[in-house]
Amino acid sequence: MKKIKTIIRKEWAEVFKKRMVLFSVIFLPLFLSILPLIILYSMGGSTAAASDTELPAQYQQFCKASMTAGQCMQYYIVSEFLIMFMMIPLFIPVNIAAYSIVGEKTTRSLEPLLATPITTGELLAGKDLASVIPAIIATWVGFGIFAAGSLIITGGGALAAALLDPMWLLAIFVAGPLMAVLSVNFSIMVSSRVNDPRVAEQLSAVIILPLLAVFFGSIAGLFILNSTLILVICLILALVDALMIYLAVRLFQRETILTRWK
Amino acid sequence: MIKTDNLSKKFNTTLAVDNLNLEVEEGEVFGFLGPNGAGKTTTVRMLTSLIGPTSGTAIVNGFRVGQQDTEIRRSVGILTETPGMYDNLSAEFNLEIYANLYEVQDPAGQVEKYLRMLGLWERRKDEAGTFSKGMKQKLAIARALLHEPRILFLDEPTAALDPEASHLVHDFISELRKEGRTIFLCTHNLDEADRLCDRVGVFKTHLLVVDTPENLRSQLFGRKVVFHLASSNEILAASIRYLPFVREAKVVENKLVVNLDDPEMHNPEIVRVLVGAGADIQFVGELRHSLEDVYLQLVKNA
Repeated sequence: MKKIKTIIRKEWAEVFKKRMVLFSVIFLPLFLSILPLIILYSMGGSTAAASDTELPAQYQQFCKASMTAGQCMQYYIVSEFLIMFMMIPLFIPVNIAAYSIVGEKTTRSLEPLLATPITTGELLAGKDLASVIPAIIATWVGFGIFAAGSLIITGGGALAAALLDPMWLLAIFVAGPLMAVLSVNFSIMVSSRVNDPRVAEQLSAVIILPLLAVFFGSIAGLFILNSTLILVICLILALVDALMIYLAVRLFQRETILTRWK
Repeated sequence: MIKTDNLSKKFNTTLAVDNLNLEVEEGEVFGFLGPNGAGKTTTVRMLTSLIGPTSGTAIVNGFRVGQQDTEIRRSVGILTETPGMYDNLSAEFNLEIYANLYEVQDPAGQVEKYLRMLGLWERRKDEAGTFSKGMKQKLAIARALLHEPRILFLDEPTAALDPEASHLVHDFISELRKEGRTIFLCTHNLDEADRLCDRVGVFKTHLLVVDTPENLRSQLFGRKVVFHLASSNEILAASIRYLPFVREAKVVENKLVVNLDDPEMHNPEIVRVLVGAGADIQFVGELRHSLEDVYLQLVKNA
C-alpha cells in the first residue's frame, strides 16, 4: 500500500505542476455546474417552476406526478446535465492516464522505476488511482455546486426531490467512478503500448466515443434513463472495468516496454 | 555474488547475449567492456531482473534470475545509462520516492545521508531538471544506493560527463569499493576501467576474455622495459640480445626497448651488461600498454 501511495504522490506532484492539466481537471466540472445554473436562472427560476402550461408530449414522459409543467421542463434540462456529470469522470482522467506510462518512457524514468521491487499491480494501481481520484473529486464537487445552485434558483420542492432521486445518485456516485476506472485503464493500456505521448492521447480519446452515444441518444429521446437502466449500465461497467484492469496488467510487459523503447 | 551459467538472450532472431559464463566475487569491482550493441546493457538488465533470459541461469546475491526477481531488485542497486530523474520534482522528493519504493526503513535519514555524501544537500529543494549532467548523475548514484545494496550495477556512469564530474564519480566508486560493495561496471571508458576495476571482461555478444587488466596486458603484449640512453645504437642492442631471458630488443631513437618475461628479476643483469658495454643509462621504465590497446586487439581478433 505504501508503494501505491508513493506512486500517487509522485504522479500528482508531477501532473499538478503543469497548470494546463490542473485547469483541464477543474474547468469542465466547473463549466458544467455553472452553465445549467445560468440556463435555469434565465428560464425564470422558481417563477417558471410554478407555471403549469401544457407541455409537449416528449417532455411529459420526464414528469413526476407532483411536478408542475415548469418543474417538469426544468427537470428535463437538469437531467441532461446530470447525464454529463455521470460522464465527466470519463473525460477528465484521459490526459493524465494517457501520459502516465509513455511519459515515463520519454523521460527515461521507467527503467529505474521498474528496477525497484514494485510489482506491476502496485505500479498500475498507483497510476490508476492518481488519475481516477482527481476526476471523481472534481466531478462530485461540480455536482455539489450544481445541486446547491439549482435548488436555490428553483426554490426546491419537487425538483429537489428529483435531483436527489436514487437514480441520479447511483449515476453520479457509482456509474461515474466506474466510467473513470474504464477510461483510465484503457488509457494506461494505450500508454504502455505506444511510444509517443500524442498518439497515446489521441488513441485514449477513442474510449469517449461509445459513451457519447449514450448522451446524444438520451437528448434525442431514443431512450429514457431510469434507475433500472443505470443499474444495468453500472453492472456492465463493473464487468468491463474488471476486464480492463486484468488486460492492463497483462499487457504491461516490462521486457517489451523496456526493450522496444528507443 | 554474481554467477551466470550459459546465460543467453535472444530478441526475435537477434542473439544479444550468447552463453555468458561469469563469476564476480564479493567486494570486487568488475569492468564489463564492449563496443556499442555488444549486449552489455542487456546483460545488466538480465542480472537486475528487468528482463528475463532466453536460456541459461544467473544467480545474483543468492537469488535466481527469473524465479526470485523481486528479491533481486530489492537487493541490488542500478545506475541506468541515462539518469531518468523526475525533472519537475525536487532532488529530495526524487530520492524520497525511491526510498519508499525500495522499502527503506528510514527514508528521510537515508535521503539526507546520500544527498550530503554527494554534495547535493544544499540543492535538495531544487528541481532535478535544473541540475547539471554531473549533478544528475550523482543524484542517480544516490538513488541506486538508498537501500544500501551490496551489489551495484553501474551502466556507463561517466558517459557525457566532463572530466571534473567524472573524477568525482570515480572517487565515489573508489569509496564504495572500500566499503566492500560488489560493483559491476559497464563502461566504454577504458581508462576508467583500468583505474577502478579488479578484473575486466571484454564482451561482444559472448565473453571474449576475463582477467585483471595487468594480466591481459602481459598476455597480449608481454612486458617491455625501456632504457633511455644518452645515445643508443645497434651494438648496445646486440650486447643484450644474447641473454637467454631477452625475448626481443629494439632500438627506437635513443631508447632501447626490451621485451622480458620477468623484468623485476632480469633488469639488474641487463643494466650491468649495458653499462659494461659503455652505455650511459639515463632512465629505466616499463612500457605500459593501455587497456585500450588490449581492448582494441581483442575486439579486432573477435
